[in-house]
Amino acid sequence: MTAKRLKDYGKVNQDKILSFTWENKKYFGYKGDSLAASLLANNINIIGRSFKYHRPRGIMSAGVEESGALVTIGKNEYTDPNVRATSQELYEGLIASGQNAFPNVNFDLGYINNYLSRFFAAGFYYKTFMGLPPFEWGKGTKIWMIYEKLIRKAAGMGKASKMPDPDKYEHANEFCDVLIIGSGPSGIAAAVEAANNNLDVILVEQDHVIGGNLLSNSNFDFEEKKYFLQKAGIKVMTRTTAFGLYDNCVAGMIERVNDHFFLPKNNTPRQRFWTIRSKHIILSTGSLERHIAFNNNDIPGVMTVNAARHYLNRYGVLAGEKIIICTNNDSVFETSILLSKAGAKVKVFDIREKIDENTIKKLNTNNVEIEFNKAPLNIQGNKKVESIDIGIKVGNKYKKVNEEECDLVLISGGWSPVIHLLSHRGIKPKWDKENLCFLPSQSSEPITVAGSAAGIWNNDDCEASGIASGLKAANEIGIKTSDYFFPKQGGWKNPIFPLFEIKSNRSRSKSFIDFQHDVTSDDIRLAHREGFVSVEHLKRYTTLGMANDQGKMGNIIGLSIMADLLQKEISEVGTTVFRPPYTPISIGALAGRNVNKHFRPLRVTPLHDWNLENGAKMIETGLYQRPWYYPKNNEKLADAYIREASSVRKTVGLCDVTSLGKISIQGPDSTIFLNKVYSNAFAKLPINKARYGIMLRDDGLVMDDGTSWRLSENEYFMTTSTAHAAKVMLWLEELLQTRWQNLKVHVTSVSEEWAAVSIAGPKSRDTLSLCVEDPNLISNDNLPFMGLTQTKLNNGIPCRIARISFSGELAFEIYTPSDFAYNMMNILWESAKKFDGCLYGLEALGALRIEKGHVTGAELDGRVTIEDVELGKMASDKKSYIGSAMQKRGVLADKDRETLVGIFPRNKSQTFDAGTIICKKNEIKGYGIGRITSVTYSPGLGHWIGLGFIKGGYTEWKNTIVVGADPVRNKEIDLEIVSPHMFDPKGERLHG
Amino acid sequence: MFLINCPHCGERDQSEFNCGGEAHIVRPKNPLNLTDDQWADYLFMRKNIKGIQFERWNHSNGCRRWFNVVRNTATDEILKIYNIGEKAPQIEGNNPKTPSGEPIIGSGNYSTSFEKKQ
Ligand SMILES: [Zn+2]
Repeated sequence: MTAKRLKDYGKVNQDKILSFTWENKKYFGYKGDSLAASLLANNINIIGRSFKYHRPRGIMSAGVEESGALVTIGKNEYTDPNVRATSQELYEGLIASGQNAFPNVNFDLGYINNYLSRFFAAGFYYKTFMGLPPFEWGKGTKIWMIYEKLIRKAAGMGKASKMPDPDKYEHANEFCDVLIIGSGPSGIAAAVEAANNNLDVILVEQDHVIGGNLLSNSNFDFEEKKYFLQKAGIKVMTRTTAFGLYDNCVAGMIERVNDHFFLPKNNTPRQRFWTIRSKHIILSTGSLERHIAFNNNDIPGVMTVNAARHYLNRYGVLAGEKIIICTNNDSVFETSILLSKAGAKVKVFDIREKIDENTIKKLNTNNVEIEFNKAPLNIQGNKKVESIDIGIKVGNKYKKVNEEECDLVLISGGWSPVIHLLSHRGIKPKWDKENLCFLPSQSSEPITVAGSAAGIWNNDDCEASGIASGLKAANEIGIKTSDYFFPKQGGWKNPIFPLFEIKSNRSRSKSFIDFQHDVTSDDIRLAHREGFVSVEHLKRYTTLGMANDQGKMGNIIGLSIMADLLQKEISEVGTTVFRPPYTPISIGALAGRNVNKHFRPLRVTPLHDWNLENGAKMIETGLYQRPWYYPKNNEKLADAYIREASSVRKTVGLCDVTSLGKISIQGPDSTIFLNKVYSNAFAKLPINKARYGIMLRDDGLVMDDGTSWRLSENEYFMTTSTAHAAKVMLWLEELLQTRWQNLKVHVTSVSEEWAAVSIAGPKSRDTLSLCVEDPNLISNDNLPFMGLTQTKLNNGIPCRIARISFSGELAFEIYTPSDFAYNMMNILWESAKKFDGCLYGLEALGALRIEKGHVTGAELDGRVTIEDVELGKMASDKKSYIGSAMQKRGVLADKDRETLVGIFPRNKSQTFDAGTIICKKNEIKGYGIGRITSVTYSPGLGHWIGLGFIKGGYTEWKNTIVVGADPVRNKEIDLEIVSPHMFDPKGERLHG
Repeated sequence: MFLINCPHCGERDQSEFNCGGEAHIVRPKNPLNLTDDQWADYLFMRKNIKGIQFERWNHSNGCRRWFNVVRNTATDEILKIYNIGEKAPQIEGNNPKTPSGEPIIGSGNYSTSFEKKQ
């Protein structure tokens, strides 16, 4: 191929020279070029190597349908593989390289696969390596799993960088009356018509300039047109691809904001992900020219006819000097005359018997030769086209009749409307025999298809259909307009002739259908022989249309061959479903800004800074950051939590428990409400008393536990577990709004309003006494176990104090408004230090509660009943509450359910892990008879302990040794089952 | 990706809402008199209609109010929104309209009634 740039042609700015790097060498192009146009003008023929056979591939089109010229743009972390050179805008400093080749695209060692190709037919890898006899006969896929890794390496396209994406992306929303996708003749006409009817219009174009196929006309001025459209009030979005259509006229779009610069400019994102909501969508998405399958039709120097026209009139590049055009339709004649006028020698081979005399005369006067009844048979040449064999049909095969020397072969096998977006809506297209293409079917949604996307071929009719679409949209939105009519499909003078594949007698040569995935016509025949005849099976077996172009150029050829083999019509064979995205989109654009620390919200307590200043190591619990432990002198976790827990038992400890959920419950029916929600009695809770309560779900399983404090006649303060705070709030609201609408109760989440600290240990009252305004209020008499008081700290900070214990020690929970949290903690800590107290974190909190057999989320995992956790006695049988109907019912009332127990190792020096399965001795198998949910070292007892569940519970197993089996860590250990109340079983320490 | 016209806040994106499942499920008066199957039916069994379905929705990332919605699950078209406690409205034409006009029955996910164990 000998391409050259012509001075007087094209719409690129030939005064503005840009330099770029291709395969480590520097080249030049012009502003407005696509990378493909620049490569072509520099006479670079081989752009990449093919997927399986590593055959050289060149530029085959001028748009997004490209399946030959896939390149990698950028380097290192900016690497972007599988970019279509035909739609990549050229910019100063662009770095590009070919793909799937070693050492380079011109000389690729992988080309050996081309000679081994008879081994690489469809399904080759699976057939050869799966269940490889004699090793795996009938045994599954173990060896396959090994080979697969090697095979994956050998096949494939570009490689991703494996480094984090350094670019920024963002999400945006837009609304309009009419969204028009595609700015060709019909899209522009539709936009103008809709805007003239006072509608809010967005016109979207994937290219960087508007015009679509108008860009292949020499007299079209895209800048003038854009100015005109914007004057008319139309929002024109270029470099924006509508990649998918969704319910209710929602379109997903990607705007490539900065892909035409070396690096993004002015803190703008690389790409913007748009969600556009409209009342009506007009699809003026155009159509794509098809290839024809014949031998060696993939050699660089073969492209579509319309592509050559775009390169000439848009980019000023004449792609060849001696051009052969092969066609089965009328769309090529204008182009052949244009190419001839530009200086090329052009010859057309038309498979049809004859066409109208006028056209022939016009071709002849413009020095274009034309011959009929002839089709392309085979391309000669290795790395580029050297000549083409032309054949005539004899029987059902073709026979060579002449050979034409040439440097460029242009093919037109007909046109396929771009119906992908409609396919996203689940609308199956219908085959049109007259125009040989799939046409869009009617949608019941407000979506209209216009122009060549609707199978309308000539420019004037496309404009007319655009106008009609604009009027239709206005009418459906409710604006009265003049009558409108849609032109009928087609529009060629001479009918198209069905030509999809040219069969020859040379069996060893390949005729390609899917150029990206190296699918040949023989692969389709193989699939047919092996029974993969449904289009969906054909697709998956041969991978036809599964490359990133989704078979835009070749799918229909594959369908037609299958139809032929089945002796059916294409309409009966059908087509596969296109799914979003229309063209590939980067994962980064989907993620937008929700990456790194914005991936999910981070919740911190108002004591977060205080905790950090005092040396806390933090841990994530859900979204919350909570203090894990407070190491002293580089202590490790184990040493720190054991020290902290011991300190609590000996003196006093402070723990930030702000992450607990807090709900304010107000209203005259609050008591009735709580009494229905909690399984235990709440009807007679006195003012200034708190109570531990358990909530069940409707299905009788435990939902959450917490405390509720009666602040006054009509007001309660509820705490929930950290994990279930949001869930409990939602649940209470649902009950009040949907089930008990007559109850006069308000619930408000006050989790963020209050900071909370637990003060636990024998010295806790002494510690607190130094901090409150009136120490008398927290004396044993005035504040007994489960009592509460609303008072002030000694510096006037308001607070709520309840005598509640999770650790089993004399303990208090103190709450202040969040703004005072820091101040409260300072006062408490100054006081605690006087009693040799400590700060303790979540790990020590866990150790203390496990010693006492208190349950948390590890035990209340949504599978246990209140009886299972040994709290059945709390549940009232005098009232009806949520979940009460399940208490005596079915498996929930079974006697041999797994119930809560404490667990000791038989040999006290041994350790064990949560997740261990409890089994009978000598019966270590399956699910066992129980499980271990929490473990800790117990400072109080001096060895490891655990909580868990076992069938029958403590009474059944108290004198029997069982086995803790941990198949994952390959451990087995003898265990004793004990009462869950392992430390201070009588609870004497509660009273200090 | 559809919009829901919250009766308290106006039109908002679906992502602000939670669907609370089938509406108009009446809690049996005497649960203790019911068989396990009958009670399980109330607790767990919900219709999953392809077509017009009566549902409860909660504007969980907004006003946090619950309300009823009549939605065509095949098209996500919302036919009516009304308050909790109101009677289910009559909706004309119980014929699911689907974007591609596929048959009402036959796609494998059409079920309007749960067959109860006897
Ligand atoms: Zn709302």
